Amino acid sequence: MVSKWLEWLPLMWEGLLITLQVTFLSAIVALIIAGAAGLCRISRLKWLRGLSYTYMLLFRGISLLVLLFWVYFVLPFLGIELSKMAAAVLAIGLNYGAFGAEIVRSSILAVPKGQWEAAQALNFTSAQRMIRVVFPQALIRMLPPMNNLMIELLKATSLIYFITLTDLTYQAMILRSLYLPQTAQIFGLLLILYFIIASVISLLARLLERKLTAGRM
Amino acid sequence: MDTATKEEPAFTGSVSKPHQGKPAASAVPVVSYRDVKKSYGDLEVLHGIDLDIAAGEKVALIGPSGSGKTTLGRMLMTLEEPTSGVIEVEGEPLWQMERNGKLVRANEHHLHRMRSKIGMVFQHFNLFPHMKVLRNVTEAPRKVLGLDKEEAHDRAVEMLRKVGLEDKLDVYPSKLSGGQKQRVAIARALVMRPKIMVFDEVTSALDPELVGEVLAVIKEIAEEGEMAMMLITHEMDFARDVADRVIFGADGRIVESGPPQELFGQPKSDRLKSFLSRFV
Amino acid sequence: MWDWSYAASILPRLLSALQATFIATAWGFALACTLGLVLAVLSRSRFVLVRLTVDGISEFIRRTPLLVQIFFLFYSIPLLTGISVPALTTGIIGLGLHYSTYMSQVYRSGIEGIDNGQWEAAKALNFTPVRTWSAIILPQAIPPILPIMGNYLIVMFKETPLLAAITVVELLTTAKNINARDWRPFEPYTIVGVLFLVISLIVAFLVGWLENRMKQRYTR
Repeated sequence: MVSKWLEWLPLMWEGLLITLQVTFLSAIVALIIAGAAGLCRISRLKWLRGLSYTYMLLFRGISLLVLLFWVYFVLPFLGIELSKMAAAVLAIGLNYGAFGAEIVRSSILAVPKGQWEAAQALNFTSAQRMIRVVFPQALIRMLPPMNNLMIELLKATSLIYFITLTDLTYQAMILRSLYLPQTAQIFGLLLILYFIIASVISLLARLLERKLTAGRM
Repeated sequence: MDTATKEEPAFTGSVSKPHQGKPAASAVPVVSYRDVKKSYGDLEVLHGIDLDIAAGEKVALIGPSGSGKTTLGRMLMTLEEPTSGVIEVEGEPLWQMERNGKLVRANEHHLHRMRSKIGMVFQHFNLFPHMKVLRNVTEAPRKVLGLDKEEAHDRAVEMLRKVGLEDKLDVYPSKLSGGQKQRVAIARALVMRPKIMVFDEVTSALDPELVGEVLAVIKEIAEEGEMAMMLITHEMDFARDVADRVIFGADGRIVESGPPQELFGQPKSDRLKSFLSRFV
Repeated sequence: MWDWSYAASILPRLLSALQATFIATAWGFALACTLGLVLAVLSRSRFVLVRLTVDGISEFIRRTPLLVQIFFLFYSIPLLTGISVPALTTGIIGLGLHYSTYMSQVYRSGIEGIDNGQWEAAKALNFTPVRTWSAIILPQAIPPILPIMGNYLIVMFKETPLLAAITVVELLTTAKNINARDWRPFEPYTIVGVLFLVISLIVAFLVGWLENRMKQRYTR
């Protein structure tokens, strides 16, 4: 039994690396988009607000798997050829960026109005008000929902199996075809691995939160 | 709306009396409201206010809740824009600026320049929770006034000493009592050295036993003299004690105004009489 | 590039595939609502062991991908038990199970929003636990959370394409099959994307309307 598990490890390890890579890259893309779109959503400029609103509406409304198919299969048809990795990161980043933007927006709006006013009374410029006073406070509010979002993003990376990117899920399917009687164990192991990664993400987010709020509350 | 204001004693020109030996410094008032009106939608909350505050003068605004006192202060701090009328700060319009010989709505640059003369202390302190006490006070001098680190630090410590909190430099605001928070907020506003400071019901959110320490600090600052103050308050004894002039407003109008002894001693209008009777 | 007549020719087939998508969504949602309520009630159990077990399982399900859970159900259950379950049913169970753990949190937020006095009143009136839940707690807890539940309906709807992985012939599978036949990915995948978007937006609009009505009702 144990020897079987050892035989699975090399493939699972390869898959783990791909899963982590896709998770990391799409998380970066999603967070950058979320920050930009979230800030634009509360901009004074109407066209920026509109643009951001449209983006959020579209990419929260669409199904990620369909978006992934579209990016991977339709874009080449339109002359835009992306690697599997790029397609995966783009689709996941765009989708989760739209959800993250809502977190950024609502966290900024949740900072009490008095903070803006005090910053204005001290004659900070509007950029300084945002960067020095409001955003650092909003950031703390963002952490718990962003933590959840990143776990959802990790789970969503399993969809790249559909475009035959060799992630954890894909490798498990390969193993299953080789060790059919152990199907349950293979998927069990797979679930445990995802659970561990998700728990690590959650732990890191909580450590970050503790660091940011140290002594303050 | 206008007719109503005319029935009341007019407020034109500075009528400040010298306070504790300090004469009003210049002929130009530090702040001057001229027929300032403010509406929220269809509801007009200020019906044409005329009010001058001389340099260094301490003016207390009293009156029932909803009389528009706070709005008056917030418009001066540029937190709310008047619907009509002019507010001048040292003779220069606050909400308008000159462009090609015409007065147009002020842009952010103009407001930024004007704001450097004005400070405000808020009812709910509005300290920055993510900065320690010292940084709350040094942040604006460094980033807005462009002072270097040592200078900002020295100024901040001086102000925090003035409000009696030089031993709290290294703690976060959440660890302070309400009274201490408000004293930090006062130091934070003072360090910018404004020409006029708005104190907007600064003790209303405090537990009764903490009110005294904050009022004492304000009184001490008032006695130093050179900064004008607009004291929006419900503390009648404090207004009597500190103000050069007390203004009683109700329903968006100035009803009565005069030196504290006069206003509290011989109130003329029925509105003021009934208002004051609640504080005996 | 875009061929309208081709798009029109494949549209009927795609629209008829919507049926499976709707069935999976509706039954999955019903299962999630039911199971979620059970989880929510159990996680308030008096027995620590029950609470810990329920919360532990919920957390595990929430932190692992739905796709893998569906694979597990589809490929392992027949091997372990000898019972073979149709793909669509498996998909519905997977969806329902996965989202019941989310729904349980939604119920909990609704239940925790209820004033403690209500529990005490029920106790004072000597209600049985069943009657307390059914007559006092849930009628108050559920209306305010209906909009959030509606949002999960949309989320689950958007997750149904995952069932393509276990051979359920829903919208995305149909588009794949069309593409395999004609080698034109543009129209089928775009139509599927637009269909998901339009239906999501319509439901989101309805949920927003519901939310407004709830707000009016509870601020009055």
